[in-house]
Formats: sequence, C-alpha cells, structure tokens
Amino acid sequence: MKELLQVKNLSVEFQSDAGKIRAIDDVSFNVKPGETVCIVGESGSGKSVTSLSVMRLLEYENGSIAGGEVLFENEDLVTKSQEEMRKIRGNDISIIFQEPMTALNPVFTIGRQLIEGIQQHQDVSKKEAWDRACELLRLVGLNDVPVRMKQYPHELSGGMRQRVMIAIALAGNPKLLIADEPTTALDVTIETQILNLLNELKEKINMSIILITHDMGVAAEVADKIVVMYAGKIVEQGTVYQIFDEPTHPYTKGLLQSIPSDTDKKDRLYSIKGTIPSLNDLPQGCRFHPRCEFATDKCLQSEPPLLQENDREVACWNFKEVLKEKVKL
Amino acid sequence: MLQFVIRRFGQSIVLVLIVTIITFFLMNLAPGGPSSMMRMDATEAEREAIAEQLGLNDPVIVRYGSWLINAFQGDLGLSLSSGQPVLDRIVERFPHTFNLAIWTVFFSVIIGIVLGIISAKNRNTWKDHLINFGSVIGLSVPSFWLAIMFILLFSVNLQWLPSSLVTGDSIWDTIKMYIMPVLILSTATLPTIVRFTRSSMLEVVSQNYVRTARAKGLKERTVVYSHALRNALIPVISIIGVLIPRMLSGTVIVESVFGWPGMGRLIVEAAQARDYNLVMGVTVVVTILVVLSNFIVDIIYSKVDPRVKNIG
Ligand SMILES: Nc1ncnc2c1ncn2[C@@H]1O[C@H](COP(=O)(O)OP(=O)(O)OP(=O)(O)O)[C@@H](O)[C@H]1O
Ligand SMILES: [Mg+2]
Repeated sequence: MKELLQVKNLSVEFQSDAGKIRAIDDVSFNVKPGETVCIVGESGSGKSVTSLSVMRLLEYENGSIAGGEVLFENEDLVTKSQEEMRKIRGNDISIIFQEPMTALNPVFTIGRQLIEGIQQHQDVSKKEAWDRACELLRLVGLNDVPVRMKQYPHELSGGMRQRVMIAIALAGNPKLLIADEPTTALDVTIETQILNLLNELKEKINMSIILITHDMGVAAEVADKIVVMYAGKIVEQGTVYQIFDEPTHPYTKGLLQSIPSDTDKKDRLYSIKGTIPSLNDLPQGCRFHPRCEFATDKCLQSEPPLLQENDREVACWNFKEVLKEKVKL
Repeated sequence: MLQFVIRRFGQSIVLVLIVTIITFFLMNLAPGGPSSMMRMDATEAEREAIAEQLGLNDPVIVRYGSWLINAFQGDLGLSLSSGQPVLDRIVERFPHTFNLAIWTVFFSVIIGIVLGIISAKNRNTWKDHLINFGSVIGLSVPSFWLAIMFILLFSVNLQWLPSSLVTGDSIWDTIKMYIMPVLILSTATLPTIVRFTRSSMLEVVSQNYVRTARAKGLKERTVVYSHALRNALIPVISIIGVLIPRMLSGTVIVESVFGWPGMGRLIVEAAQARDYNLVMGVTVVVTILVVLSNFIVDIIYSKVDPRVKNIG
C-alpha cells in the first residue's frame, strides 16, 4: 500500500543558552493510510518533538528542522511556508496534545473553540458550523451537547476536555491524527475509554493515527506498527507482533519488561536501570550503552546504524544475542 | 452578581470608615487648629467663641461621631475656611479631577497595552529596549520636575500647549489643555501597564492553548490577538485597580503645577487651612471614587476571565 506519511532522516535542533542541541537525529518512519503507528520511549526521548515537527509547529518555539523530509501524500512539508502549513494543520493533519487540562483556551467556550476551527477550513455558515460542532461532540461521546457548547474548559473534567480536544482535531476530517500521550494525564478508566474512542473513530473515518506513548501496554492495544525512540533516535521499529514477540533492541526489551502484568503484582515493577542521558552530554558510541546489559567494547566506541532486517529495523550491534534471550511477559 | 454587590458594598463601607477615622484623628494630631488660621487680629475671646460654636472643644471621638452621623445623612458640613457647604466646594472641583483621571486611565491603558505588545513581540530588540528604557524613566523621574520641564519646553519655549487650565472655545483647545497633565499623570500608571502586558504576553504565548490554536490552522493574527491577548490581559486588568489610587494621588502634584482647580489641589488647600470638614469631605469622595473604580475593574475582570465565577 502507498504511504500516507513518510518521515525521512528528520533532524530537529533547538537553540538554547547552552548552544544548539539536536533533539531528534535522523528519524525515519512511515505511516500508511488507516494504520496506527505508536511512537514509544521514555520521557525526553523526542516523541513530542517528532510530532510537533511533522506539524511544523516548532518554529514558533525555539526549534528548527535541521534536515530531512516529511512527505505527506508525497509533498514535502518541510519546504512549505507557514501559510501553506496553516491549510494543512487542523484539516489534513490534526494533533491532540499531552495536557488536556491546559490545551484548551480557558477564556473561550468549548463551542467557540470548535467552531473557529471548523470555519477556518470549511466555507460554512455560523449555524452550520454550530451543528457540525455539536455533531463532533456527540461523536466523541459527550452528552448534553448544547450545554457543553456553552461551557468553559474549567467546567469540564480532564477526560471530557480530552474528548473536546479530539473533537477539535476531527473537525477537518483529518487523514492523519497525531495523539501525543492523549491519556497520560488521565486516570486508568478514562484512559481506556479514550483509547477505545480513538480506535472506534479510526474505523469510522478511516484515518491514520500516530499515537505517542511511553506505555508499551497502550501500544499493545492499539498499534499496527511500533517505533521505539531513545535519546532522539529510533532504536527499533517493526510491527506490533515483531516488537512484542521478538524484540531485538535491549531498550525495547526493557520497556516490555516494565509493563505491569497481572501475575506479578507483588513483585517490584521492573524498570530499566539508569536514566536517559541529557542531549548535550550524550555518551560516546551507542547512546544506550551505559544502561545496557548487552553492551560490548564495540558499543562504547561506535554508534550502531539502523539495520534493516526483513521489514523491521534495529540499531544494535548485538541484536542477535538480544533475540536469543526471550523476554518473559 | 447581587451577592457580590452586597458583599462589595459592605467591604466598601468598612473601608470608607477606616479611612475617615484615620484621617480625622491624624488631622487632630497636627499642631494648630482651625482657630490658628483665623484672622490675625482676632482676640482670644473671639477665638474661644468661634471654637465653641464649631464644636472644636469637644473630645475628638465626640466630634468624629457627630461628623459621621451628619455624613451618613449626606451632610458633610460647612467649609471652615470659606463658610460654603463642603459638598458645594467638592462638586465644583470634582469634574476637573474626574476628567483628568478618566483620560489618564484611557490613555495609559490603551497605549500601555499597545506598547506592551510591541515590546513582547520584539523581545530583546531595540524596540523592546527603547520601550523599557522609557518605562524606567517614566517611573523614576519625579513628576513635578517632569511637569516643570514640560511647561518650560512646550508652553514657554515652543508655546504649543497651555501651561494651565484655560477655557478654550474649540475641542482642540480643550485637548491641548489636557495633553500635558494627562501625560504627566500617566507616568504613575503607564510604565506598570507596559511591563505587565509585556511579561504577561510572553508568558501566555508559550502556553499549550496557544499551540492548540496554531494546530487548528488559525491565522497567526487570530492566535496572537484573540487567543493569547485575551488571556494576557487578565493580570493587566487586575493591576489597573491597583494603579488608580496611585494615579489619584498623583493629581495633587499635577493639579498644583498646572493650576487645575481639581480635588487634588483642593485637599492641599484644605489641609493648609486646617479646614477639617473639607479635608474629610474630599477624603470621603476620593475613597468612594477608588472603591467604585475597583468595583468596575472587578466586573470587567469577571467578564474577561470566566473562571471567576462569583461575579455574574
Ligand atoms: N523548546 C525546547 N527547547 C529546548 N529543548 C527542548 C525543547 N522542547 C524539547 N526539548 C528537548 O528535546 C528533548 C525531547 O523532548 P520531547 O518533549 O520530545 O520528549 P518526549 O519524548 O515527548 O517526552 P515526554 O514523554 O516527557 O513527553 C528533551 O530533552 C527536551 O529537553
Ligand atoms: Mg512529550
């Protein structure tokens, strides 16, 4: 099948007081129509930066795309002007942010925030926009819609706000929805509801989803494909089956072992030893080696390239050893 | 809404009471009394008689009590220095100060917000630095000195603007009359508004909802002037309430320098004449003015920020 989105060798830099830092480096992945791709990784691995750079939203902050391409329906978004991007944002590509509590404007009603998005991209009357907004709120499972339309964000719970965010994102019938940790700030029951909602919607309107999460459990439920990121680089990617059945990167393996399972509730939750390195102080060689139990001398000296192995990719010198040792789930 | 008004009204009464008590007792602590300002050739007996007639020999608390009772009935007494009713003297002076204050508020709010936005949008460029420099100057230069410099430059040398209140015929004459006093008075308010707008704007543009607005594909203009500015104005509005009393005390100097027959000058005259009733009267009116303006500010605040629920 043809690809909807192709991210090719994307690098992003931030200008900071300490000089330039490269937040993501040489990131490549594809998304097919109707596919759900999960980007997983610990906090600080560059997941949000990746999604924001696809939307070209980093330029409003202190970030810039240092290289690479983002092909959306074969058109490179990186070379587009912000004016051209405005027509794509909220229309062909939408995004839901990590923080539902602060992602909605506190001084405008829900209705207004929906309607302005609709009217931005569609030539409809105020009345039609209002009806469409109500329809969207129903679609995302809110009740008392006419009341909700007139409410302000602070009058809604976190879960409801995230549903409103989803409704806003769906306003333009996007071909691609980027959901940046849509459930991290919510409690578990709401999390399940929101994930189910996303799955349902995907079926209904046949859109692709990039779901960002640091929770492998979430990825397992929704992903077709998984991209694992670590310290700004992709360390492994493959189908959900490949990743879960035969993880070939020690980091992926660590993430999988960190999933809390029902059987070992009493045990201490596994977590990968050490912490993610700071971007301006990256280790020599493989970025993961200080935390890796498979690390060899080679890993200390040179950075492993992303190797293609029948339809999956891994950046590890010792992936064969890793593969041999089965993970217990 | 009603509940808010009632609560606010109660608070205001307490405030006015406290202010009048403090003023009354402080005034009585000051050396001399109204009798010392009487005609120099008055005999001791005449002084006594007048003091007795005005009730000046009663204890302070008794005098405050009777003043308060009268004041509640709308009677602020007679001016000790002119014999006219205090209310008349205030009514005659009030419009001058009121107009000056209103124009200063308008001017400093609008210009302050505009300059604040320019400053924030051009952060760390020469425009920002220039505006910042101007704010520092405005805040730190004493206004009476600035007023004198303005008069020397624009009235004496260039002869563009009148140095005091003149009754002109055209609107343009009136405007010219206001320019310098409003400018000088604004130095008490404008720099603070500029700074608040700037920092508030800078804080707001990095908020998540601004990113959301961009992600919807809205025009950058809408993102900045609708989504960001509306939020940025919330702290600016609340600071205006604080600035109004500061500005009103500035009228004392501005009215004196420009010879405006307003309340700022009236209170100075009254204090010099030990005209207790007049000082009290002006104090009450100014306090009510401050209370009212804060009330208006709060109403506006609640309209801009829907999270403030208790005001309708
Ligand atoms: N505006 C910015 N300026 C400088 N550095 C930034 C900026 N935004 C992100 N970074 C850096 O880029 C790196 C990746 O950040 P990113 O937000 O993408 O992480 P993440 O994977 O989304 O983490 P989380 O799970 O916490 O959301 C971090 O080290 C972060 O410090
Ligand atoms: Mg993130």
